[in-house]
Order: sequence, then C-alpha cells, then structure tokens
Amino acid sequence: MEQLNAWFTELLSDNAIFTANTLGYYLDGLGSTVRLVFLSLIIGLVLAVPLAIARGSRRKWIKWPVFLYTYVFRGTPLLIQLYLIYYGVVFIEGIQDTFLWAILKDAFYPALIAFTLNTAAYTTEIFHGAIKATPRGEIEAARAYGMSRALMMRRIIMPSAFRRALPAYGNEVIFMLHASAIASVVTIMDLTGAARFVYARFYAPFDAFLFVAAIYLCLTFAILYLFRYLEKKLLAHLKPLNG
Amino acid sequence: MKKLLALTLLGVVMTTATAQARDTDEVRLAIDVPYEPFVYRTPAGELEGFEIDLGNELCKRANLDCTWVEQSWDGIIPGLLSRKYDAILSSMAITPERENQVLFSIPYYNTPSVWITRRDRDIDINDKDALEGLSVGVQRGTIRDSYVTQMYGDTLDIHRYSSSQDVANDLMSGRLDLSFEDYPLAVDTFHFKDDDSEFKKIGESIKKPVSIFGKGAAMAFRKRDKELAEKFNQAIRDVYADGTYEKLMKQYFDYDLSLPVGEK
Repeated sequence: MEQLNAWFTELLSDNAIFTANTLGYYLDGLGSTVRLVFLSLIIGLVLAVPLAIARGSRRKWIKWPVFLYTYVFRGTPLLIQLYLIYYGVVFIEGIQDTFLWAILKDAFYPALIAFTLNTAAYTTEIFHGAIKATPRGEIEAARAYGMSRALMMRRIIMPSAFRRALPAYGNEVIFMLHASAIASVVTIMDLTGAARFVYARFYAPFDAFLFVAAIYLCLTFAILYLFRYLEKKLLAHLKPLNG
Repeated sequence: MKKLLALTLLGVVMTTATAQARDTDEVRLAIDVPYEPFVYRTPAGELEGFEIDLGNELCKRANLDCTWVEQSWDGIIPGLLSRKYDAILSSMAITPERENQVLFSIPYYNTPSVWITRRDRDIDINDKDALEGLSVGVQRGTIRDSYVTQMYGDTLDIHRYSSSQDVANDLMSGRLDLSFEDYPLAVDTFHFKDDDSEFKKIGESIKKPVSIFGKGAAMAFRKRDKELAEKFNQAIRDVYADGTYEKLMKQYFDYDLSLPVGEK
C-alpha cells in the first residue's frame, strides 16, 4: 500500500492539474453519475413494463395517454425537460410550502425525475416494439393451451419480448449514460460537472475533458460487456448449433 | 494568429530600432470605449467616465500633455508595443502573462465582490457557526468560486452555475441561501439597490486576498519606459493621498473600488 502510495504521488508530482484534490472531484463526479444513471434506469425499467403493455392495449383510453407521453418525451430534448423540471417548477405559486419542495429543492431529484421519465418513454417504445414482434405462432399455441391473456403475457409474450428487446435496450442504457452529461447544468457535480470545474479552474480544456472522456469510455465498455454477456446467456437458443 | 505574431514581431523590431529615451511631454493614452461607467461617449461625442477623469488628473499631476487614443481590446497590447500610443489606461487587470509583455503601474482599482441574500433572510456572514450547512451559489470557475471554495469549502454547501441569472432564480426559489457575486454584476442581476428588490447585500464588500482576487487594474507601459511609469505611479499615490481619487470615485460609483497604496 505504501509503495502504491509513493508510486501514485510520484506519478502526480509533475503536473499541476491532476492533483489528489481534482481527482477527488472526478471521483465524486463518478459517484454522482453512476447513482443518477443507475437509479433512473431501474425506475424507468419498472415503469416501462406496464406502460409498454398499456401502449399495446386495444382500449383507446389506455393506449392514447401512453402514446401521448412517449411522444412528448421522445419528441423534446432531455435538456429542455431538465430545465422545465428544475427551473420551471419553482415558478408554480406556493410550491415551496408543499411537501413536494423537500424533493424538488435538491438538484438531484429533479434530475432523477427528468432522466427517469425520459428513459421510461424510450424503454416503453422498445418493449412495445418487441411485444408487437412476437411470432403469431407462439400466441396461437398459447391460446390453444387455453391460457388467459394475463397468463399468456406472463409466460409467453414477456419473456420472449424481453430477449428480443435486449440489444436495443443496451443501446438505451449507453445513451442514458451519455445523456447524463447534462446534469451539470443544474449544479450537480457529476463527471462532466467535475470536468467543467477543472476546465474553468485551470483553463485546460484538453486535459479536463479528455480525462473525463476516458472515464465515460470505460463505463460504456463495462455496460457493453455486461449486455454482451446477457445476450450470450439469454439468446443462446437463437444461435446456430456449433456456431 | 500568424498575423498577430507577425505584427507583434514587427512591433518589437520597430521599438528596438528606435530605442531612445522619450524626450517630449506628450503622452498618448489608449482606451477601449465603451465600458461604463469607466469610459463612454456622451451624445455630443465627448469621452467621459471615471478612467477619463482619472487619467486627465494623473497627467495634470505629472505635468504631461495627454491625448486619448481609442483602441479595441484585442489589439491594445500590440498597439502599445508598436508605439501607436505610449500607455494603456483601460481597466487592464494585472496578470503574469501580461507582465511578460508590458510594464504595469501600481494598480488603481479593483472591483469588489459582495454577499447577496434574499431580503427576508437574516444571515450574519461573519458568524461561521451560523453559516454551517447553508448553500451558496456562484458562477463556475470565477474568482468568486475560488474564494468560497477556499474560505468556506468546509462550511457552506457550494452550488456552481453557468450564469448568474440561474443563481438569482435559485436564490429566489429558496434553493440557495446565499450568493457571492462581482459587485457591478450583482447590481445588474439582483438589483439589490432598488427599494422593491427581492435581494439585499450583506456584510462588507470583499477585494482580498490578492492571491484570489488579483492585483487589480493598472496602467500599462512599454517595458523600457520606466521613467514614464514612475511619473504615473507618483501621480497615483498623490491622488490617493489628497483625496482626489475618492472624490472622483464617488462621482461615478456608490461602492469602494479603491486600492489604497501600499496595502496588500
């Protein structure tokens, strides 16, 4: 440990920018980014499953509100949604006196809400597409077994739809990680926030942003490999034999 | 960039070619117009402002015959080096990079920074215990950011914004308790001097330490014109000593941007 420490100190000794102090900012930023992206993806996923089923409903009053929601959130920039939820809501008369203010006061929750609603909208459409692409034969076979709609959804349609959605969803996760870079506009010290801070302090855009780009790259590859692993396990039955 | 370099080089060559002591009392002062209230044009076309008055006063003291030359900011140092004028008096802040190229006089002003809060709040900025856990909004990467990070990093919760308007919004909404802002900018953003403003200034205006806020704005000369610079230094000391500086300052500002000579 001591050796490692000495090595680390020596490594940092002849540069003015990447001191233990600024690396601390980057580390905190990494924590914020991972927390924000992970939470919004989990909540978004949980929301998206029922929404995707509702989106495919035959009843208009169920189908249209969900369509409207995905249409609006996919049709407007995430940055605008974030601005509206962070800066916009404070102009609602009397919001400071309601229980909502405890949540909206901090920058983290408005950002979490914006990211969650955004990713839920995209994920809903991905799942909806996967559900729609279920082969007719599987549904007819399920009917022939006398399954109810709910049972058919649970045992036949959803499992195969999830598998089909996996590659597209992996992309959504990566997009979400990259989209989270805008969190710093509402004062959150995420990775990009840390980079902007270092940039503004040392006027060194290349150092500050290349370093943060490398961290994003590492995160992206981690996600990529996780999904590749999942695809290999879950989509094994789709691969050619001896392939 | 190449052009600029060539111009600078040409300037250097020319100045070396005519290296000789100045032997006239005529001095041309360069200034970038406008920068209210330091310098601006009246509708009649006359130059007016704090720096114009100050410059004229300094020249009077130094027994020099001064004329003003208008020069846009990006060419102001190359112009000095190529002898288009003899000195710059244009709110130029002293920085190490500029010190390599020009000779600075003693600084004659520095704009202060102020603490701002909502009018209905009661915060004592000098009571460090009471500040514990309060949130402050600053513009990211500014000297105000450096100041609160260095002085209040353990006490206050620091939020960094891209623009001061966003700080004002969050101060208004109650997300922030405090802001620390450049005085003239705070007047524009928070309007804290108006009677119906939602904000107020608390505590003293702050210009120190020099390590954060910089040395201030000074006149700039060519490096060899040490004699001329010394004449102006003496004049600056004089206008401070006999109260003329303060009289001029009060004419244009209602806050203190003076840098009493010799104080660090």
